[in-house]
Amino acid sequence: MTQLALVIDLNVCVGCHACVTSCKEWNTSGWAGPLVDQNPYGASPTGTFFNRVQTFEVGTYPNTETVHFPKSCLHCEEPPCVPVCPTGASYKRPDNGVVLVDYDKCIGCKYCSWACPYGAREVDEEQKVMKKCTLCIDRITDAKLPERDRKPSCVLACPTSARLFGDVHDADSEVSVAIRERGGYQLMPEWGTKPANHYLPRQKTRMHIDPDELTRVDNPLRKEDLTTYTGEETLDDVAW
Amino acid sequence: MHPAFSVIFLTTLIGAGQGLYLAMVTGQLYAIPNFVEAQVDRFYAFGSLVALLFLIAGLVASFFHLGRPERAWRAAAKWRTSWLSREVIILPIVMALVFAYGFAHWMEWTGTIFEVGALRVDVTLILGIIGTLASLALFVCTAMIYADVKFLQEWHTPLTVFNFIFFGAASGFMLAAAYSAYIGNPLVTFYGTWAVILTLVALGSRLAHLRRNARIKRKSTVQTAIGIRHNTLVQRTQGATGGSFNTREFFHGRSQRFVANVRYLFLLLVFPLPVLLIGASYVTESPNLPILAFLVQFLGLMAERWSFFAEAQHPQNIYYQSVA
Ligand code: SF4
Ligand code: SF4
Repeated sequence: MTQLALVIDLNVCVGCHACVTSCKEWNTSGWAGPLVDQNPYGASPTGTFFNRVQTFEVGTYPNTETVHFPKSCLHCEEPPCVPVCPTGASYKRPDNGVVLVDYDKCIGCKYCSWACPYGAREVDEEQKVMKKCTLCIDRITDAKLPERDRKPSCVLACPTSARLFGDVHDADSEVSVAIRERGGYQLMPEWGTKPANHYLPRQKTRMHIDPDELTRVDNPLRKEDLTTYTGEETLDDVAW
Repeated sequence: MHPAFSVIFLTTLIGAGQGLYLAMVTGQLYAIPNFVEAQVDRFYAFGSLVALLFLIAGLVASFFHLGRPERAWRAAAKWRTSWLSREVIILPIVMALVFAYGFAHWMEWTGTIFEVGALRVDVTLILGIIGTLASLALFVCTAMIYADVKFLQEWHTPLTVFNFIFFGAASGFMLAAAYSAYIGNPLVTFYGTWAVILTLVALGSRLAHLRRNARIKRKSTVQTAIGIRHNTLVQRTQGATGGSFNTREFFHGRSQRFVANVRYLFLLLVFPLPVLLIGASYVTESPNLPILAFLVQFLGLMAERWSFFAEAQHPQNIYYQSVA
């Protein structure tokens, strides 16, 4: 079985919100009609987004680290939001594991949003139905597009390649390898929702330099050199 | 959680309606062995009519909760998995049974169909028993909508179900007492006594619930929410400045003080005041006090439902702590 998902690399996300805007642009222009924006030029703009980038601060100043954290529907393998839906509007596609809402069936009761611990669902206040990330289902399943474009809008937009997309059930896919080799993890594992999306942790880039990398202990000239040195410049001090 | 008035009205109104209906059937059952005086059929018929009006009012309120009420019929589809769907199915069934019970009394279809020992079974008795079961099932469905959401730890307990049943029954019997008092029926004492008993049981259940919720250990933390191991972890931005559905639906937006005051208010209005009013009505034989008792308790129950929502803290709130 296929389970499409995103893997988000927190190590390289710079918090530029490119994924947020490209998501909004693609999904507001598509077959489902606009994604609502209310009061967009006013003091307090609000609207429905499938994807948000949040920022967290780890540690106490000056030992702090800023973590940008993109958040969208995780396409859980045990989605608690699906069985609670009274109409069947919320469902998980059996062929690729994407969790979707049928906007023509949804009655806007918001019950599914209560049953998502991640706050991934947002009501469209204009259409009065529940909306959420579709992994750009209209794009990834569009056989008319060239293969390289059959990816979610956010993935293509990310300037740092912090977003990987693929089948997490295929052990050899880019996403599975990344999860396996780079410590990919799930959010709030305590609820047993088995999110398909994973996050790659921050990694400190550390460089180790041995002393003999700084002094040329292997200087061949030194071996046969019979001179007694008294602190003057030698060939070892030449900048190469 | 944000307390939505549509849901507050829905749950309190249908609770009182179901409770009143249970009170009517209880009155009829008690009259069989002559524990209380048997009433003319019109008494049960009018009582059922009032119960039906409460159920209809609740149903109307519920439509205000939906974004797309014209599609509400679709909500009957997923009864296998969704308690909301189950409620949507059972509510009209209860309404139909309440109507049928009242109508059978109105038509005086009290001819014996068959006898079980000394018990003479007629149409109203059969409808009353089926209606009672359906009504209890409706209480369970309504409450399970809340109790079944495991993420809302304050609600995810059998106490939620007990509360809904006992609050509904208490206010329904209170309403029955008010109704009897209004028409000058002597059953007011019988219903008043039951209303007080049920109110006290509800008090016990709700206090146990409050006590449990005061000690809840949260399953999710900001550490598990974003998966970073550090004790000092604070949100700096939530990705939107003007709020979002997530900030509107899951926060009550009031101070802790306000929430605490509403709690004291409902503890006062639902429990001691109606009980005192019913007690006073025994002594003074006033026809107005039971009506007042019902109104006071009903108001209190609306505050209780508000509080029930405000108490619940959704784990998604961890992601919405700071604007910028
Ligand atoms: S992240 Fe939320 S909305 Fe998405 S599948 Fe999981 S529970 Fe459902
Ligand atoms: S809001 Fe729509 S998708 Fe969500 S539970 Fe209600 S009907 Fe289902």
